Formats: sequence, C-alpha cells, structure tokens
Amino acid sequence: MRDYEIIIIGAGVSGTAIARELSKYSVKCCVLEKEEDVCCGTSKANSAIIHAGYDASNGSMMARMNVEGNAMMEALAKDLDIPFKRNGSLVLCFREEDMPGLLRLYDNGVANGVPKLQILNKDEVKKIEPNVSDDVYAALYAPTAGIVCPFHLNIALAENACENGVEFKFNTKVEGIQKLEKGFIVKTNQGEFTTDYVINAAGVYADEIHNMVSEKKIHITPRRGEYLLLDKTAGNHVSNTIFTLPTKYGKGVLVTPTIHGNLLVGPTALDIVDKEGTCTSAAGLDEVMTKAGISVKNLPMGQVITSFAGLRAHEENHEFILGEVEDVTGFIDCAGIESPGLSGCPAIGKYIADLMKGKMGLEAKKDFISTRKGILNPAKLSIEERNKLIQEQPAYGNMICRCEMITEGEIIDAVNRPLGAKSLDGVKRRTRAGMGRCQGGFCSPRVMEIIAREQDMNITEVTKSGGESGLIVGVNKENLA
Amino acid sequence: MRTCDIVIIGGGPAGLAAAISAKENGIDDVLILERDKELGGILNQCIHNGFGLHTFKEELTGPEYASRFIAKTEELKIPYKLQTMVLDITADKIVTAMNKEEGLFQIQAKAVILAMGCRERSRGALNIPGYRPAGVYSAGTAQRLVNMEGFLPGREVVILGSGDIGLIMARRMTLEGAKVKVVAELMPYSGGLKRNIVQCLDDFGIPLKLSYTVVDIKGRERVEGITLAQVDGANKPIPGTEEFYSCDTLLLSVGLIPENELSRGMGVEISPITNGPVVNESLETNIEGVFACGNVLHVHDLVDYVSEEAKAAGKNAAAYVKHISKKEGTIIQVVPNDGVRYTVPSTICVVNMSEELIVRFRVGAVYRNAFISVYYDNERVIHRKRLVMAPGEMEEVKLKKEQLEQYPDIQKIMFQIEEK
Amino acid sequence: MEQKKLTCICCPLGCQIIVELENGEVISVSGNTCKRGEDYAGKEVIAPTRIVTSTVKVIGGSAPTVSVKTKADISKNKIFDCIRALKEVEVQAPIKIGDIILSNVVDTGVDIVATKGVEVI
Repeated sequence: MRDYEIIIIGAGVSGTAIARELSKYSVKCCVLEKEEDVCCGTSKANSAIIHAGYDASNGSMMARMNVEGNAMMEALAKDLDIPFKRNGSLVLCFREEDMPGLLRLYDNGVANGVPKLQILNKDEVKKIEPNVSDDVYAALYAPTAGIVCPFHLNIALAENACENGVEFKFNTKVEGIQKLEKGFIVKTNQGEFTTDYVINAAGVYADEIHNMVSEKKIHITPRRGEYLLLDKTAGNHVSNTIFTLPTKYGKGVLVTPTIHGNLLVGPTALDIVDKEGTCTSAAGLDEVMTKAGISVKNLPMGQVITSFAGLRAHEENHEFILGEVEDVTGFIDCAGIESPGLSGCPAIGKYIADLMKGKMGLEAKKDFISTRKGILNPAKLSIEERNKLIQEQPAYGNMICRCEMITEGEIIDAVNRPLGAKSLDGVKRRTRAGMGRCQGGFCSPRVMEIIAREQDMNITEVTKSGGESGLIVGVNKENLA
Repeated sequence: MRTCDIVIIGGGPAGLAAAISAKENGIDDVLILERDKELGGILNQCIHNGFGLHTFKEELTGPEYASRFIAKTEELKIPYKLQTMVLDITADKIVTAMNKEEGLFQIQAKAVILAMGCRERSRGALNIPGYRPAGVYSAGTAQRLVNMEGFLPGREVVILGSGDIGLIMARRMTLEGAKVKVVAELMPYSGGLKRNIVQCLDDFGIPLKLSYTVVDIKGRERVEGITLAQVDGANKPIPGTEEFYSCDTLLLSVGLIPENELSRGMGVEISPITNGPVVNESLETNIEGVFACGNVLHVHDLVDYVSEEAKAAGKNAAAYVKHISKKEGTIIQVVPNDGVRYTVPSTICVVNMSEELIVRFRVGAVYRNAFISVYYDNERVIHRKRLVMAPGEMEEVKLKKEQLEQYPDIQKIMFQIEEK
Repeated sequence: MEQKKLTCICCPLGCQIIVELENGEVISVSGNTCKRGEDYAGKEVIAPTRIVTSTVKVIGGSAPTVSVKTKADISKNKIFDCIRALKEVEVQAPIKIGDIILSNVVDTGVDIVATKGVEVI
C-alpha cells in the first residue's frame, strides 16, 4: 500500500489549483511544500493580474490556459470567496509605426479566443484613462482582463482542497525521487513517502525535480522582476492595467491598480542563477520608476510603501510544460509556469486533474464542497451586523492594524483556520495586517502576541516567515555578563 | 445619536493637553478617544529622560511626563475611552469609532481636535534594495519591544538615521546587551540633539557616519549584514565607498509622518510640506470647528512644545463651542521664504489672535550666525540673530497682536533666513 | 599637562571644546562659545555623570516590565554596573510611579525608582 496515490510537489498557485481540482475525486493526495506556508514562491510576488490572453502565441498551451483560466476566474472567485475584478487592460503604443505590432497583438488575441478586444485611438484611450501619457498613439483594450489577490487565490485553493481531504505537508523539501517499477519513493527532509504518481509543480525548482527522474532534462531560469507598491491614496491613478507594446527599444513595465486599492508598478526582467534571489536592486527599482513614467504621467512615486521582487519560472521554450514526462511513466510536469500562470491556474488545475482522471479512472466524490468561506471582513458589514458580531466576539472590536483596519478577530481566524497562518507574513497574506502604509511598524508586536497566544507558544518563537526568520532574539540584559 | 461638545482624537501628549485646556476653559463635555490600552501615547515607550525641562523645569522620562497630564485628566474627571479606534469623521463632525465593549458607535461633535500623532517612515518608503528578511525594524517598533515588552529584537545592530529616536535606541539596545556597530545618516548633519549624540553614541564608542546610507540588505530569512555607502551631494551612493557590516538587525529612524488619514477623509486640507493640516491662528483647519495640534499637525522635536500647542488648540476649541463669535477680519497669509520650509499657522486673522501668537517653523539647512527675519509686507519688523539653526530643531517667533494691529492693511507676513 | 576634547551638548552649536587639565584640575577651557559650555566642559572632564534608564521585570502586573531610572545622576563609569544590578531584579505589582525598586544601586548612594505605574492583574 502506497502512502499516497498522488503527491504534488509545490503549494503555489499551480500546485494548489491542481490539488483543489483533484479533491473533487476520490483519490489520496498530498501536497509537499518546502516552505512553512502556501504561496511562498513565484505565486506571492507577481503582477497580480488576470491577463485577457492576447499575448501568448496562438496554439500554445500558454494561450489556451490563459484564455480558459480567465473565463473560469469569475466563478472560481465566487466559490472561493475571494475578490476579483475585471478592470480591463490597455496595451499602449506611442508611434504610428508601432501600429502593425499592436494589430498583430489584436489578431493573435482574436485567434486565441479573447472576447471584446478593441483598438482605441488616442482620444478614446484618454477618455477612459486620463492619466496615461499624452504621447499615447493608440491602444489595445481588453475589457476581460482582471485583477486578483494572488495570496487569497492561492490560500483559498489550498484551504478548499484541504477541506476536501487533500493533505498538506509544510517545511517538507523534496531531496530525491526514486522511480519504482510502479510508482515512486519521494525522499524529503521529513522522511520518505511512497506514491503512485508525482505531479511536479515546483515553480523555479521544477527543473531540479524533473531532472531527478527524467533523462530528458529541462532548464528553468529564475527571471527576476522587481516591483514598487504605492499607497492606497495613489490607487485611483489608473483604473485599467496599463501595459506598453514591446518595441525594438525594449519592454515597458505595467502600471495597475491592485484588487485592494493600491497601485503597483513593475516588473523588470533579469535572468539570474540564484533560485532564491528575490532581492531588489537600486538599478531595478530605478528602472521601474523610469519606465512607469513613460506610460502613465504624474505617478506619485513619493507614495511608495514597499518594493519587492519575484522570480518567474522561465522555461527556455517560453511555454507551459503540462503532462506526463515522456520517459517517466506516472510523473507529471506542471513546469515553466511563468506569466500568464496566475491567470491560467484554474485551467491548469482542471487540465491536470482531467489528465489524472483519465489515467487513474478517478471517480467524482459526492460530498465535494465546492465553496469556501474567506476570512470575514467586518468592514463589509452593516453597522448593526458589525455590532452583533462584536457583541458575540469582542475581538472583532479590537483594531490591530490601523492602516488596513484589520481587527484581532480576523487575525485569530487567520491563525486558527485550516492551514492557518503560523508567522507574521502568513497573517499578512491572509488578512493584510502589516501590508499598509506603515508596513507593520505599529501592528507587528501585537500580531506576534496574538500568534503566540493562539498557537500556545512563546512570543520569542514567532517568526516572520518560518525557518530562521525569528523576530526576537532574546530578553533584555540576558547576555550582560 | 450621542453628542459631545469636543471630541479629541488621540490620548497622547497632544490630546491630553488639549482636553485639559478645553476643560479649564469651561467645556465640561469633552471626550478623549484613544486607540491604545492606556493614555500617554508614544511617551509610554520613551523611557529615557529629557522630557519636560521647558514645561516643568525638571527632567522627566516619557512615562513620567505623560503621568503628569494623565493625573490632571483624572483629577478634572475628563472622560476617555481606551482601545477605541476612530474609523471615520465626517465633514459635519460625526465621529464613528469602535471598541470591544460598545461595538461601532457614532458621536455628533460640536468641535473636533485632531491629535493622532505621527507614524514612522518605513523601509519601503526609502526604496532600500536587498532582501526582505526578519530583523528590519523601525526604531519605534524596536523601542516598544525593548522598553515595554522586555525583548531584544537583535544582538548586532546597524542603525540608519540619526534622528533622536535612532540615537536613543542605539543607547537602549547597547545597555540591554546588544552591540550597535554603527549609525549611518544620509544627511551631512545629524537630525538629533547634540546631547543625544554625545550621551547615546560617544559614551559607548558608537561611530556616526554622516552622508552614508544603506545600499543593500543581506540575508534571506534573518538579516545577515548591511552594506553602507557614502552619498554624493544629490544623496546618490558613490560606487566604491561600500562598507559591509555583519549584523542581525537594521533599525530605521528615517523620519516621521503625521498620521492624517482621518483628516483627509473628512476633507481637511493637508500641507504637502508638513503632511499636516493647514491651520489658521486658532490652529483651526479649513473645516470650521476642527482643530489640530501636536505631531499630527507637524512633527515636533520636543514634547513640551506639543503640550503648549495643544493647550492653545484646546482653548480655541472651547471658545468655538461657547460661540465666542469669531470676528471678521482680513486674513493675512504667513509665507515661508528663503531658508524657511513652512510655518504653523499658515494664516492669521489679527482680530481673532491671542495677545501673543507663537509661529513655529523649520529651516531647510544648517545656518550659523544667521538671522530670522519677519516681514510685514515689505517692512522687516523682526531681525533676530541665531548662533545656529538646523532642520532638526524647530524654531519659533512670537508675534504680538498689539504690534500687528498697527499694520491694518498688510496682506502677508513673510518668514525668511538672512545671512546678515 | 593633559588635554581633553569633547562636544558641548548645551545647544545645537555643538562646540568642540578643549579642556586643559593639570593634576586633575581644570586649567583652561577653550573652543566654547558661552559660559554654559565652560561649566559643562569642566564638569564633564572631571566627574561625568548620567541619569540611567532601563526596565525591570514585573510579576503579576498588567505589563511584563516597568520602566525605571536612577533618581539622580550617577557616575558615568558605573552605567553598566548599574544595568547589571537590575538584571535579576523582579518586582511584584502593583507598582506606583516613584516607588524605590533598588536602593543605593552599586553603592552610588542613588536609588532606582519606577517611572511608571503598573497595576495588578
């Protein structure tokens, strides 16, 4: 008897989308994640947008997953109780000679099946987006493009999968995979697990996992993208996601509102070697600021509240690798998931689950729970409802994060729910506490207290993001001789 | 809806002094709303001494200074609500607040005094490149952990910013057993008091590097080291001047920002220089009956002046509630010029000013043996020599009503720094 | 003759003062701008003193620690001895502001007092 029928490696947005789709079937499935939480790699640091799908080459898996994923997102967001908005996107071009390029993009989008695409002239662009550069010549408008919270999407997929019986093992790093006659032994820092099938959704590490078993090697390059996030006071500067048409002079950066009302600009694109190289650089941040200014005017760069970098899992052929590896029966790749991976994840999940269903003859569960309830947002309640809540659970009357207005009740929920937050960053990604303009300066010590109390641990054991990221190193005077 | 004559947002030094003053000026129906679990605000974590020389003629610690005002508040039986967060204030002064006991509630105020204080600038606002590990704290967060919880946030520390909080924390961390390796300051001068440089750094042999900044943070999980580099005249790092310091902690003391989200929400006009409300001689904002004082108005360096300013705000709010009718008169613009970054207040209506009005301001650079000059239109009426002025030290000039009354037609009062 | 250099702390000028000493006595003070600087420098080179502030642990209180200070200046070279003396101190709540936490700390003749009140929980 194997430990599991399916082991999914990686609890990013791909791995958890697959896990959730598989949880619709009677199958013993486990997700292994090397970090302490879901959403710790590529999924946590990206543009947080749901592309319409005009960009990827017609006929590619990227194009198909993007367009299908975009179409699925609305219902998924509703089922999982996460915010999603079709805010629309504009690809700007600045010169008449760039028009053929813009039209090619339009044609590709139409061929990909992207609905409602339109070419807008300067006046039409300025009308819907007054803050774009006065130099704009025309734009490709895609009203179906959207924005989403990547943390919430990833966490919600995982929570729902978990509720439907998928097991999750964190701090569990895959160190080797042994192919058996039938099935595999997956060797980790937490012991060995046997399984019939392995699904490789390891993001920037997908090549290392793949190459453990296959002779047909793949190579994933971590492509770093740096971003700047602006205060909510700047959140209305644009309402659509603004791209620029790549030209021979280079590729621009996007400027977009986020689903939570901030403004996000970025990313840069730099191929690096280090798969943990999520550091920002002065040059990168400068580049973001300069390029953002080309497409959108009067950007209030004084309102920057934080900067970050993420790594795209770039595969050499710039294509999603989805399916069973040719020379390793039972080993399924979900690799090279870079942009539009977030947009495509619902379709990727379904595609891989369908594949497994066919292979394994999986049967649908009758008791699958398709909906998941997110952390209650008291700000959305009426005064009467909110007062009733506070009366029943006074913690909802205690404001902890002043900037994002997050109460103790929400943080307690984030810690105690299935696959709950174990660290400051875990709480931050689930509730937004610490994600506002003071960046946790005020609320961090208070959130640490709540985590310690709810997890029944000493506050000195609370970390920022697991591992060696401890926040308190000792008590006063203890190392004075 | 509940009503209240004066609702004071914040129970720190500004809110307390404003409440006491309002009460002493005849308003009984005053209410302080405080978000923390005790009155006193940030003073509670400022356990060092040096407070109150101006107000009490003795040197107190932060909690001691606060306790004097808290005691007075209790003695005057001024009501206050703790752990109460104000969520919203409307332009017609309906205050929506929330706490555990009462849930969400609304109060119609006749007057509102904004006394929310300020917050620290974060790493993000500086665009410091590098990783984002644990161990990067604002100095105030570290101060809270060390001084109120008894925890050390790090053992080997680099501090960016030589404002007073950074200097004070260098000493506090050292005394509690940490090694502070260096304090770096972007500017060619420190924003802190000389006394703090001597007693917090020199006493412990902690080097202060002026015109230096952090150019890299190393460490993925916890800070492992910081790279400093010297900056040029435009504050850009100079290649080749990098110095690496191994450490587990970076403290940031890089400026304070008045916390005016509520003010903006209700439509109060905010100065882009101070990030605080634009006020008139009564410390009243563009919304009638809404006053501001303390660090929410402009960041102060001495709490004594916060108390003094708040006292004026409390008195003026009391007068407003008592319908001591404001007189109509010419509104004179107070204009900061050469060397003066801003003034508080921004406008003066002579008929409504007190016998003596304190105008507070900051200079934009370090000046030695220069003059503070005040012009009534084109006539220089004040010309006062100062041995030294620095951006870190708030300056003040007292304007006399009696004197201004002799200039009935002036349009503007200009403040500037002159070499002679 | 011995020379000591120091920064005056009396005002933002921060004069670099040079004090000349002989047999532990101040002979001359230079570099200062005013009388306050001269007085400060004289005292600072002969017998520098500081108020020391810290925290001590609280048992059974509404806060885990209480802030304390030396009630008067103590000799600068006793700062760390003073802090070490507080290392093992634990006080039982309630504590009133001004309560003596430790008398005659490291034989300075100065008491450590609480600078904040802590209630019993």
